[in-house]
Amino acid sequence: MRHKLRNFLFILIAGLIFWLNSVTPAAAKVEGSQSRIRHILERLSFGVTAEEIQQVETQGIEAFIQSQLNPQSIAESPLLAQHLNQLDLSLIEQNPIALRQQMGANLKKLKNTKLSLEQQEEIQQQNIELNRETRDQATYVQLARAIYSRRQLQEVMVDFWFNHFNVYGAKNAINFWLDDYVNELRNYAFADFRDLLQITATHPAMLIYLDNQFNSDPNSSDARGAYGGLNENYARELLELHTLGVDGGYTQKDIQSLARIFTGWSVDYQGKKGNKIGFYFNARRHDQGEKVFLGQKITATGMGEGEQALDILATHPATARFISYKLAQYFVADQPPATLVDNLAQTFLTSNGNIKIVLDTLIHSKEFNDPRFYQQKFKTPYQYLISLVRMSEIVQPDFKRIKGMLNQLSMPMYMCVAPTGYKNTQQAWLNPQSMLQKIGFATAIANGSLNRDFSLDDQQLEANLGQLSPHTQQVINQSPPKLLKALLLGSPEAMYR
Amino acid sequence: MKRRKLLSIASLATAGMLTPIGWNSWVATGKTKSAKAKRLVVVFLRGGIDGLNVVIPHQEADYYQARPTIAIPYPQEENGALDLDGFFGLHPQLKDLMPLWQDRNLAFIHGSGSPIVERSHFQAQDYLENGTPGIKSTRDGWMNRLLGELCLDHQALAINVGNTTPYILKGDMPSANLKPGINSTAAIATDNPLIDQAFSYLYSGTDDLSKAYQDGQASRQLIIKELGEQYPAREGRGAAALREEMIAAARGARNVNAFVDDAGEVAKLLLSDPKNQLVFMDVSGWDTHINQANILNRLLPSLGQGLATLVEGIKPIFADTVIVVMSEFGRTVKENGNKGTDHGSANAMWVLGGAIAGGKVYGNWQGLNRASLYQNRDLAVTTDFRDVLDHILQAHLSMDANSLKRVFPNYHPTNRIDFLT
Repeated sequence: MRHKLRNFLFILIAGLIFWLNSVTPAAAKVEGSQSRIRHILERLSFGVTAEEIQQVETQGIEAFIQSQLNPQSIAESPLLAQHLNQLDLSLIEQNPIALRQQMGANLKKLKNTKLSLEQQEEIQQQNIELNRETRDQATYVQLARAIYSRRQLQEVMVDFWFNHFNVYGAKNAINFWLDDYVNELRNYAFADFRDLLQITATHPAMLIYLDNQFNSDPNSSDARGAYGGLNENYARELLELHTLGVDGGYTQKDIQSLARIFTGWSVDYQGKKGNKIGFYFNARRHDQGEKVFLGQKITATGMGEGEQALDILATHPATARFISYKLAQYFVADQPPATLVDNLAQTFLTSNGNIKIVLDTLIHSKEFNDPRFYQQKFKTPYQYLISLVRMSEIVQPDFKRIKGMLNQLSMPMYMCVAPTGYKNTQQAWLNPQSMLQKIGFATAIANGSLNRDFSLDDQQLEANLGQLSPHTQQVINQSPPKLLKALLLGSPEAMYR
Repeated sequence: MKRRKLLSIASLATAGMLTPIGWNSWVATGKTKSAKAKRLVVVFLRGGIDGLNVVIPHQEADYYQARPTIAIPYPQEENGALDLDGFFGLHPQLKDLMPLWQDRNLAFIHGSGSPIVERSHFQAQDYLENGTPGIKSTRDGWMNRLLGELCLDHQALAINVGNTTPYILKGDMPSANLKPGINSTAAIATDNPLIDQAFSYLYSGTDDLSKAYQDGQASRQLIIKELGEQYPAREGRGAAALREEMIAAARGARNVNAFVDDAGEVAKLLLSDPKNQLVFMDVSGWDTHINQANILNRLLPSLGQGLATLVEGIKPIFADTVIVVMSEFGRTVKENGNKGTDHGSANAMWVLGGAIAGGKVYGNWQGLNRASLYQNRDLAVTTDFRDVLDHILQAHLSMDANSLKRVFPNYHPTNRIDFLT
């Protein structure tokens, strides 16, 4: 009986292969546009869902692209609202300054010499918990958005911009600002690059992370203690990582000038002098002297100097090139074609650094649409795990477990220590250990580890994953049916986008 | 290039096979001088251990003055330092190391550290791991580059105890990892023969994913082969059971209590195959801003016991092994208001091994009076940590000048200390 079934299956598959090989040219054309739809969905979202496929089929590719570039035009998914409603947001809904003050009050208590060592440890522990829980809330909210938002390209750009303007959650108390920072990057994901620079340059998350909060003219009236001198950290990374790029043609002198320009851009933890989230320009720590930056004379105008420097950087050809290269690498190939980078850099300059226009150009470029690059971007652990949840259409996933999996795969959320952010190339993420771990997680997720009450629909998953290679198909055919989902989620097709 | 070669050899050996390959085919076979292969174990103490309360200058009045409540008492006193050489003493909770000191297999290099002082844990750790102090952007770690050099003329393997590859081992050369704690051989999904069979078939090609899968399984086989009997794999606990906890400042390094178990397993791996030449382990928890005495009293015994366990376990090859213990920075000389210490600069590096000219505290000790301190607060760095490592690479691992340059680019030996016999 079983033998007969196997024979039947064999004939069926052989027939299918024969049929696939004999498709007419017209059918092949449809197939071609099918794979373009898939390519668009893979690159502009975190993983294909049935809803998206249907949407593209109804709207057409172009309308889908334009809606994704204009996220406010897309009505949000009720599924997202439902997931957000179920999360504990009690901490991230508070003002970061209030959370920081709570921590400060604890630190103050520690100064009480009458406390026993045990009491001191307990207070210290409370602060650790406060930090961790706030970061966790920010993490879970972001995971929910990345998985369930219909504004997928916006979430993809949040991933891109966060790594470009990376901050490390656990440094000092940056955790408290993470949610606000990410929301700002989301709001400005398609804006002019100059606006993004402004957001990051004035955000306490960045000012704390790259130490600019301490950056002071040593001869200024408020320079004292930790705030007593020049700190080049932010200025250096602003040039090297945020704008011109390491070979962008600046000198150590420019770094020093820029550091002087940004003296006094700081954080007020008291919530009195600063803006709502604590950004505070302290003129009494600012260097009032004249500076020369990238060959341009900068006259002393207080905070205006920094804004002038950001203007210069945002419109600089090296910046256009650097951002274009990174976008092309993220959306097209680890080694992006030079023609594409040139083209994007040109668009960047003519559009005044408008990201929406640059992305529009990118998505419509011949390089982006060259089938040679389809399914060639290796997913980062973050992209991989989110895509597994999306393709499996799992609801109510255990966010804490996803967070743990990201830790195991060396990509803990908001915990990239280096200002470079996480890379998105295969070279950075493919290694033997992570390969076994990924397959372990694929198997676990196939077995319901993210939601025991949810059962994955094999057919839906297969449809979302798209066409399998003959080899993958063959392995699936010859493996026990109970491994089907694990094999699909752990397949090469699922690991590349 | 080297990695490519290694991997392609592995995949040639396995192309089209359905069963997991043995460890031997993972690395290229060929001439090996493994009979007397030298081993290097690096133990990294994350968080910045207080070197002044580990190797205690008990004859310095300034030491007791700067630390009214946390100084370790004189050797003759209750809970006093264990005298080493009449000037320095060892923290009493490290008593398990005293036999090694007496056998002259243990030495310290006091006042060592990164010549570029960073008081951020991460930047300071980065420098010690990438081996290029002052340059943050270095792509790979010095142990990975070292592995590449060892593989030039024979085969070597690096093992890391931990779930993720630390910076020090990141780079072109693949390394194996030993899951920490007594669960190192706890089942993961691909241990299940049915699952492995399916995925081995799926990843039986010569593409990048297939090579990674095959290398991963080969590395896993080694761990299971050497350690599986001692700790039989648990059934029914998949990868999801992997520990989720990751403590930020620890970069995933575990608490010291697991260190004794890990040390025992590392000893077995070192002994089992001469190819297992490099090991990296890290232990967290040394950031003692408050209540330092309690923390050190809790953590140091396991560290000492773990190192003693490791030494005991590798007795037959102890003469061919060097164990280095290091930490990103030392701590302020003066204690703070919370019976703790803050981030400082220089520390003491520890070296253990059968070939160590031990029983001696090396380094250029300049005392603790304010004038000789770095920025009036820290023990100054008088020995570049690379001086210590460079000596091990040369005298112990027989690296030539070209190899040394590739492991530590832009480094020129400044302060040679001969602590190897």
